[in-house]
Order: sequence, then structure tokens, then C-alpha cells
Amino acid sequence: MATQTVIGSKNKKDQVYTDPWKMMNEAERTPSFFTGSEVIKEALRRASCDVMIAYPITPQSEAAALIGELFAEGYIGDYFRGESEFAVMSQCAGAAFGGARVFTTTAGPGTMRAMENFPMWAGARLPIQMIVTCRGINSPLSIQPDTLEISYLMQTGMLVWHAETAQDFYDWILKGYMVSEEPDVHLPLALCCDGFFVTHTKDMVDLTPADMCLPPYDPYRSPVPCMDMECPPVRMMRDPFVMKSNYISYATHASWQQEVWAAVERSRKHTIAWLDGLIEIEKPDAEVLIVTSGTAVSQGREAITLLEEEGIDVGLVKVKTLRPWPGEEIREATKHAKHIIVPEFNVAGWMAREIRATIPNSERVYAGPHVCGGMTMPPEIIAADIKSAMGIKTSALAGRGS
Amino acid sequence: MSLERIKIAPELHDIMPEEYQDLVQRATYGNNSRGWKDIGTSKELIEEHSLCAGCPESMAFRYILASLPNPEDTVMVGSTGCTSLVFPHVGVHNIHSLFGNQNAIASGLKRALTVRFPDRAKDVVVLAGDGATVDIGLDMTLQAWFRQEKFTTICFDNELYANTGGQESGLMQKGFVAKMAPVGKTFEKVRLPEIARESGCHYVVNCTVSKPNLVEKVIKNAIHVAREIGPTYLQLYTPCILEIGKNSMEGLQEMRDSEKPTERFAYKEYISETAKELLTEIAAKEKERKAAAKKQLAEQTA
Ligand SMILES: Cc1ncc(C[n+]2csc(CCOP(=O)(O)OP(=O)(O)O)c2C)c(N)n1
Ligand code: SF4
Ligand SMILES: [Mg+2]
Repeated sequence: MATQTVIGSKNKKDQVYTDPWKMMNEAERTPSFFTGSEVIKEALRRASCDVMIAYPITPQSEAAALIGELFAEGYIGDYFRGESEFAVMSQCAGAAFGGARVFTTTAGPGTMRAMENFPMWAGARLPIQMIVTCRGINSPLSIQPDTLEISYLMQTGMLVWHAETAQDFYDWILKGYMVSEEPDVHLPLALCCDGFFVTHTKDMVDLTPADMCLPPYDPYRSPVPCMDMECPPVRMMRDPFVMKSNYISYATHASWQQEVWAAVERSRKHTIAWLDGLIEIEKPDAEVLIVTSGTAVSQGREAITLLEEEGIDVGLVKVKTLRPWPGEEIREATKHAKHIIVPEFNVAGWMAREIRATIPNSERVYAGPHVCGGMTMPPEIIAADIKSAMGIKTSALAGRGS
Repeated sequence: MSLERIKIAPELHDIMPEEYQDLVQRATYGNNSRGWKDIGTSKELIEEHSLCAGCPESMAFRYILASLPNPEDTVMVGSTGCTSLVFPHVGVHNIHSLFGNQNAIASGLKRALTVRFPDRAKDVVVLAGDGATVDIGLDMTLQAWFRQEKFTTICFDNELYANTGGQESGLMQKGFVAKMAPVGKTFEKVRLPEIARESGCHYVVNCTVSKPNLVEKVIKNAIHVAREIGPTYLQLYTPCILEIGKNSMEGLQEMRDSEKPTERFAYKEYISETAKELLTEIAAKEKERKAAAKKQLAEQTA
């Protein structure tokens, strides 16, 4: 179905297929008090999704089950519980190969179990959307918030976005399809958030009208053929490249990988338009900047308020997309900063590593504080680390004493 | 897909590859009496193959593709292994994604095609090796059957991992000495046909590919039952002549030897009651159609 021709017509639930730009930017919004999981459901209600495949894992189980209710109400084309995350992600691939708009959700060990699928999704140019409500992946078993799994997703060729709030989540689910389905992008999107902090807390979210929905996905805008036998089958190649150890074979594999990463780069212009930039800056002239993503941004804001009371001026850079990586934007935003503080909800500090690799004079980057395994990040520890980076003496927050 | 879709614009005819021109002019898309007998007189849906010379998988591919009842609306799903070297030459849409996930891919694919084309039969056919079906992918093989997914699973059983050089597989015979089974395989060949029946398949056949007419029959039955009722499973012996030390000409004899009544590939089939009814109905219709065609021909020549 050509996208343009359906706009203005109604689906079987009496929702009007609406110009996405108008729906997201001009339609009236209704403030609603919802959990993150309920927000995912509300976004999906308006997403014209063909196939959703679910598997239980905390903290995304509730959202995945709520979308089942949407299916029962007739908003989703098909829905079922797969047998494992590996299988689910392959089922999602099968549905996307068949020309469907596909949605799924996972977290922590589920992300890791399914990992082999993600570079395959990107290489096959399948614009699947996967919500990742991050949680611990360490042993012993943990279900608590922890963002380590994002660092693995960042090398797969997928688009990776990191939402801070339920509002981000609502908007980005819908906008995410618009970016990843662009013919010059056509890549899967991992839309991440910090589990529990976003999924299980209630927040005010401005929703678009429930009687408006996105136009359906048009699989014939894909840069690779949709596997539905509605276009001529072609003999793809004389000898499958997997079998050849020669230059043409290597060059083919290499150029396709480069093309996938070029498509990630090409998503930049669409993402900038839809998300109003890849980063968001507050007080860019401050000597000290907090640069991070997800819930750590919210905690950073609290720390900034604390320090304001002491007369210390701190700015903030919220990184919205990790792939594409906003390197240029971060270089520009941190140009004048003397100290760059990178708080993270994981033990490895992948965000600090990315930033260090991006900016000149990377000794300005202070990697921390890091909390993991479900620990919360009180703003006080961010404030303390900022002071210590600035050389201001503070008393220990907690410790064994001197 | 209508035949119109694959036709070539006259202006572009001369720049299209010969094999494509052939596909448009001489293939059997849309011909509802297509079958293995078309081989040699019409364009096959397989161009070439890069298997070992004489590999029985190549015969199996030709018979299967000639027998698909509805190739113009069929999508195939493969897996990693020797078969994945053939699929790029096949004239129906086909998907290779990972090793062992074929029945998961097919589940998602079949559901997407059903959502998108509610009024048209789009057949999904999985074709994968024994390692893919029984070892690494067993979970997804069985779960698709439990869920009653409406597609056909075909396993090319060559009783080992051929593509990686002849390692032990679950469908290998007990006692066979292979790579990774240095003192001989210690457990019995997995009884997947029986497991398939217990897991909810409505049509299950275990046989070799020595007889093209038999392959045609079981392929057509399996696809019709999957389209209307639920999952079907075919386990076809396609011996890996390379790894069992046979010459190019010896594949056929190897299959004949192993399909003798007491051997492991003696013809075995299971058909559920609902599938029996459907197949009887289809056979009656087919008979009617043939009689009508004969009558029409007689009238035309009279
Ligand atoms: C995840 C993963 N594990 C292992 C492999 C290596 N591998 C490729 S083909 C193959 C064997 C295939 O055996 P089978 O399914 O019996 O097919 P055959 O080659 O015998 O036709 C293996 C183990 C792989 N590609 N992916
Ligand atoms: S390795 Fe065995 S199964 Fe593979 S093509 Fe050669 S003979 Fe056939
Ligand atoms: Mg094998």
C-alpha cells in the first residue's frame, strides 16, 4: 500500500492514518499519568504494527503482555509468545523479511541470548523495532537496572537510542519507525531505557490522540527485496560469497558492512529532524559539563540543582542517540569545558570511553561515578565526584573513615 | 505473484540475462499440473548448483522445485550448510539468516504473509540439513510444530555435518566413526519422524530421494496439508557421498540400499485424520480436473 494514498483513511479500529509529522508535532496532546510499560502500550496502539512477538523477562514483561491486550482488541495484526529470545528475534526477522512492521521488547539476559540475530537484522536491512529495558547481565542472577547490555548492541550495525523519560519513550517509539523505515536507512532500532526507573515508575506523558495512527509500513520502499514473491525472484549470485576465498568475495562482504554503517550515518539527518538533534544541551558555557544518556541524565540534573545551591555552575549534555554517535555535536558542546563528568549505570564505563575517543584533550573526561547491579545513583555522589574533579575538598559521603 | 510481474519490458528484453528470459518464457509458474516430468522440457527453478558432483542433494533440489504446487506464491527458508550454497540459484524467494533458526524465521514469515495477504495462499517451505533441524535448531523445530505453524519443514538428512567437514550429528547412525565421534557415535539416530508425529505434525514422511515421482507426491501432500491444516515434516535421505567415501555415480545406489524394507529409510508415513480427509478431497478434485481437461482436448481435436 503506498503510504501517501492511505493518509486520511481509517483502519479497522476507526483510527485515521495520519501524516506522521502532523501527528507527532501538531496534533493536540493529552497529559496522562502512566507507567513506562503503559506508555509503550499507548505508543503501540498508534503505531500500525503488523506483528509483535513477546517473551517474558523482567522488567519488560508487563509491556509485552499489555501489547497482547492491544492485539486482543484488534490493534496489532498478529501476536504470540516465542520460545526464547533467540527464537523471538529470528521470528521477528522472518516477519520483517515478509514485509511486516515488527515490534518486540527484551532486557538483559534476553538481549544477550538473542545477540547473534542483531548483526543479521542489520545486514538484512530489517527495520524491526526492539525495546530494551536494560537490566543486569552479570552472575549471580540479577534483575536490577544496569546498562551494560547497550555496549554490546552498539557494534551490531543497529540504530541505538537511549531514552531518558517515559515521554522520550512514547515519542521515540513512533518517530523511531519513521527513521528506521526510510529507504536510505532501513535498519533495525534498539530503543533502550533503564529498566524499572522508566518502566515501573509513573510519570506525566503527553499523548497524541488515540484516534490517529501512523500510516502502514510500505515494504516496497525497502532497498532490498521483500521476501513475499510479489516481485521477480532473481538469481542472486553465481557462487555464494561464503564459499570463496578471493578478493571479490572479501570486497563484497566488506562493502556491505560499510554500507550498513553508512546507512547508520544516513539516519543522522532524519533523526536530527525527528528528535530535534542527537543531543540536548543545558548551560553550554559552564566550566563543568555532565555528559551522559538515559536515567543518568535525570540524576545529573538533580546533582546540578544541588551544586547550584553551593554556587557551582554545571552544564548538561543529554546524549539521545548512541548509533549514530553524535561525535561532532559532543566535540562542539564540550569545546570550552574544563571538566567532563560521565556518570553511568554500568561497571565498564562505555559511555566515558566513547566520549574520550571523540574529543580532544580527553584527560578532561572524568569516568564516573559508576553504579551497577541495581545500585541507585544519588545525586550527591555525582556532586561529590564533580567537586573532586574540580579539586574542591569534600568530606567522604560514606566509607571506612580515615 | 502474477506472471505479468516477471515479464520483461520489450525495450529491456535484449539486456536481460538469458537465464531470466528463459524463466519468463519457459518456466512453469502458474501451471497447476507442474511436476518432476517437466524437468528437461521446461525451465527449472534452479539454475546451477555448487554442490559436489553427484551429490544427491542436487537431485532432491530439482525434484522439490519442480513439484512445488504454487511456486509463484512460495517463499523458502534455508539454513547454513550445503543447502545454503544452492539457494542463491533458486527462482523463488528464499531466506538465509542464521544456522538453525529456520523454523523461527518461517514462523514469523508465515504470520506476516497471512496478515498481509489474508485472501491468498502463500506457502512457506523450510529446507535445512539435519544438524540445523535436529541439533542446533531442535528447539525451534519442535516449538513451531507445537504452535501448529502452517508451513512444511523438509530435512535433508545426510546423517552428518557435511558443510563443516563431516562431524557427528544427532541423525548420524550409532557407531559411525566421524570427526568429533572419534570412537564411534555412542547414541542412536534421533527418531525425529516419530517425535514430529507426537509434536503435532499432520503429515510426516521418512524416505530417500531415489524416486522422483515419490518425491513429487510427498512434497505436494506436505505443502497442501501445511497450507490448510498445520505443520508437516519430510525427512529425506540425501547421502553425503563425499564423507561416506562414495563416488559421484554411487549416490543413487546408496539411497536404494538404505530404503529396503528393513533399512532405516524404508518408506514410512504418518497422516492425521484431518489430513487424510483433505488429501482425499484434493485427489478427487485433481481427478475431476484431469477428466475435464481430457474431455476438452478430445472436443478440440474432434
Ligand atoms: C551458530 C553457528 N554455529 C556453527 C556454525 C558452523 N556450521 C555451518 S554449517 C554447519 C553444519 C551443517 O550441517 P547440516 O545442518 O547437517 O547441513 P549439511 O551441511 O550437512 O547439509 C555448521 C556446524 C554456524 N554457521 N553457525
Ligand atoms: S559435502 Fe556432502 S552433502 Fe555437501 S555437497 Fe558434498 S556430497 Fe553433498
Ligand atoms: Mg547434514
